[in-house]
Amino acid sequence: MPPLRPTTLEEVQEAVLAHPRLRVRGGGTKPALSAPEEGEAVLDLSGLRGLLEYQPEEFVFTALAGTPLGEIEEALGVHGQYLPFDPPLVGQGATLGGTVAAGLSGPMRHRFGGVRDFLLGVRFVDGEGRVVRGGGKVVKNAAGFPFHRLMVGSLGAFGVVVELSFKVFPRPRATRTLRVEMGSLEEALGALEKIRLLPLDLLALDLLPPATLELRLGGFPESVAKRLERLKGLLGGGEVLEEDEGHWRGVRDLSFLEGSPIWAKVPAGLDRIPLLESLPLGPRRYLDGGEVLYAGLEAEGLRALRAAGVPYLVLKGAEEPLFPRLQHGFFLDVKKALDPLGRFPLGWGHAA
Amino acid sequence: MGFLEELKALLPGGRVLTREAELAPYESDALTAYRKRPLAVVLPERKEEVVEVVRLCHRHGVPFVARGSGTSLSGGSLPVEGGIVLALNRMNRILRLDPKARIAIVEPGVVNLEVSQKAAPFGLLYAPDPSSQPVSTLGGNVAFNSGGAHCLKHGMTANHVLGLEIVTPTGEVVRLGGEGLEGVGPDLHGFFVGTEGLLGVALEITLRLLPRPEAYHTLLAAYDSLEGAGEAVSRVIRSGLLPGAMEIMDRLSIEAAEKAVRAGYPEAEALLIVELEGPKEEVAAEAEVLHGVIQESGASEVRIARSEAERQAIWKGRKAAFSAVGRLSPDYLVQDGVVPRSKLGEALREIQRLAQAYALRVANVFHAGDGNLHPLVLYDGKRPGELERAEALAGEILRLCVRLGGSLTGEHGIGVEKKAYMPEMFAREDLLAMERVKAALDPKGLANRGKVLPEEAHAPA
Ligand SMILES: Cc1cc2nc3c(=O)[nH]c(=O)nc-3n(C[C@H](O)[C@H](O)[C@@H](O)COP(=O)(O)OP(=O)(O)OC[C@H]3O[C@@H](n4cnc5c(N)ncnc54)[C@H](O)[C@@H]3O)c2cc1C
Ligand SMILES: Cc1cc2nc3c(=O)[nH]c(=O)nc-3n(C[C@H](O)[C@H](O)[C@H](O)COP(=O)(O)OP(=O)(O)OC[C@H]3O[C@@H](n4cnc5c(N)ncnc54)[C@H](O)[C@@H]3O)c2cc1C
Repeated sequence: MPPLRPTTLEEVQEAVLAHPRLRVRGGGTKPALSAPEEGEAVLDLSGLRGLLEYQPEEFVFTALAGTPLGEIEEALGVHGQYLPFDPPLVGQGATLGGTVAAGLSGPMRHRFGGVRDFLLGVRFVDGEGRVVRGGGKVVKNAAGFPFHRLMVGSLGAFGVVVELSFKVFPRPRATRTLRVEMGSLEEALGALEKIRLLPLDLLALDLLPPATLELRLGGFPESVAKRLERLKGLLGGGEVLEEDEGHWRGVRDLSFLEGSPIWAKVPAGLDRIPLLESLPLGPRRYLDGGEVLYAGLEAEGLRALRAAGVPYLVLKGAEEPLFPRLQHGFFLDVKKALDPLGRFPLGWGHAA
Repeated sequence: MGFLEELKALLPGGRVLTREAELAPYESDALTAYRKRPLAVVLPERKEEVVEVVRLCHRHGVPFVARGSGTSLSGGSLPVEGGIVLALNRMNRILRLDPKARIAIVEPGVVNLEVSQKAAPFGLLYAPDPSSQPVSTLGGNVAFNSGGAHCLKHGMTANHVLGLEIVTPTGEVVRLGGEGLEGVGPDLHGFFVGTEGLLGVALEITLRLLPRPEAYHTLLAAYDSLEGAGEAVSRVIRSGLLPGAMEIMDRLSIEAAEKAVRAGYPEAEALLIVELEGPKEEVAAEAEVLHGVIQESGASEVRIARSEAERQAIWKGRKAAFSAVGRLSPDYLVQDGVVPRSKLGEALREIQRLAQAYALRVANVFHAGDGNLHPLVLYDGKRPGELERAEALAGEILRLCVRLGGSLTGEHGIGVEKKAYMPEMFAREDLLAMERVKAALDPKGLANRGKVLPEEAHAPA
């Protein structure tokens, strides 16, 4: 069956009501999540695109879910603003909706937080074709159930997100990156632990195993230069990268995973890194001070993660992308309320 | 055995209160205009006890309300007729503070400020700082997604909760989220935050901690008009700065704060507080830009805190403003609407007009950076009809905020106070979706019954 390609909210509602099982696709950059299972119709959202509202002074914009992130970044850039959670796979065509549904953030999430911290409101079509709005379009709001936060990482389980409102921030005027080679993994973890407790306001703090740290600074040019010197003193030297912007664009497009058959996101943390490093994983990088790992794997690596009981989300290259499966009552009750017939992924026999 | 007997068997040692005098303190929260006598108040000390009480309530169909310190300003912890209050203040232990992981795991009755105090020796803090932080509990903060002056940059409670253990209204104990900043699967803990106790009781809360900023730069500017101060906020934003906090107080709240805590504020129609925070070099560079902006904004006086003591003096008046206004008037209602930042001026003008029309005084103190207004509607409950007039005025203000594209509440929640206004902000379908989620998790409608969701939503179309 060819993908359904709605261009209006009404067409999304009709598509939902007409198909017992659906799989939403944004830009298709996370094929493990957006490829249909047996019996699922593909709902391609690329026809629902465009920035609906953007007032730079409000630090807020609203856009349709199928809008490519690249388009959003361009519009924000004109006003010196950016998406501080630094969404991955922009270069490959990832969309706003797919990024939220997959719950993905990039290296600069270290500074202010991830996608969950910047989403303000949504409109979605639930499993009964009903349009539901949650949250709002102002930077602060505590009214009603926060359905917008429910959509983060939902993999489309509760509905088709059609519209999203986000908070944005002014972009740092200048950025620089320091790369430091440590003697061993232990040493690198020790340094990470120390740096995480310091008020350095780093944009990004990445660990490239076994023992390399990359630290990105942003702010006023003169202040960045001074802080870079302080950082070097703190870490006993390091190399300042020639090109900064291009390097980090590569990182957030996960270019270090090219060539790996399976791409996975793995929640990490300093305590779990030694365990992860003992597993047969491929090319990889820990973002956000070691909090999250993006890894390229072979089937063996995925088996090892599972055997070690480490949760993961596969973006590309595997059948069952989410481990562990969600089974508890809270999730199933919310799912039952919004998708009683189980049209969407997760639950009632779906893999993911 | 009846419900109360079973309850008393579950919580021995006089931890089930049923006598009139014992119940009285729990009859209302900080919104004292509403009162309800509960059937009983229970004082659990361990999460297992909360779970058992919730299961008992489920079996008997008895409604329950979780309560922290009762500082809710929207009637969120108002008891339900014939129901019990689960007073969680005794569950006040910080279970783990792990500087390496930068997290704190706390019981729900822990007071907000205590987390930052315990984290301070490690150079860490818990960012959300409601003005009630010396009293309000994290359970209450979680239920209301509470915020504070520093939310502009760091977000509200939802942004700082990494994981939760909760008991659902049917008695199931589930863990939502985890201990790390990133997870996989739906953000269920993020969804629970802000649901005002309607979907269960938080038993354990995992919080993220942040490094304490290295430097602050705190500025106080006086203006001849409220609009002048509001315009200055827009200028700051347009200049590309991201302050940690931007707060405004109007003449009435300045006077009240002065009387109460003698902050030494200048005489003015409006005061603007702007605080920058970050690494010292960055703060120094930002401060230069900020001073240029404030200079051009027509401030009649500008003060800069030269020491931590001077910084605290500036904040003292602001943080005391709510309670200080209590000195100007026997009673007041605090509103909490949000408007887009660019509509602040329009909103304030309209509030003044409404105040005159209703012949009531309104003091304004607010999180200007977020567009989060806190109009305090002053009234005297002893004068016949004045409460009703104050409520009507507060309602007009709420409608105004929604009309301008904002929200009914930025941080104080809907509670009982604002539920009738939910249909102004949400369509019927939106409210019904909330109802369906509530009904799926709480088929008997026991958890904080009668809050948030308006009765109209049930009515057939
Ligand atoms: C490096 C790379 C190169 C690729 N090149 C090509 C190519 O050249 N041509 C090609 O056809 N494909 C290509 N693919 C595959 C294709 O990009 C993916 O199939 C596509 O899914 C990416 O969209 P997305 O990133 O917005 O999110 P998706 O991957 O579409 O979606 C992620 C998750 O979000 C859900 N979702 C998305 N939007 C919504 C919504 N609005 N509401 C609810 N749930 C939603 C999905 O169901 C899924 O669970 C490539 C993939 C990669 C990794
Ligand atoms: C002087 C003053 C200043 C204030 N300033 C601010 C401010 O700056 N920002 C702000 O956001 N708020 C502010 N508030 C409002 C209030 O302090 C907050 O809403 C606070 O989070 C309430 O905490 P509490 O412990 O008092 O909760 P309570 O009032 O006891 O309860 C509040 C709600 O939380 C629910 N609840 C409590 N514990 C749990 C639990 N464990 N699980 C599930 N639900 C639970 C209750 O049922 C109720 O619905 C202020 C209040 C006062 C009186």
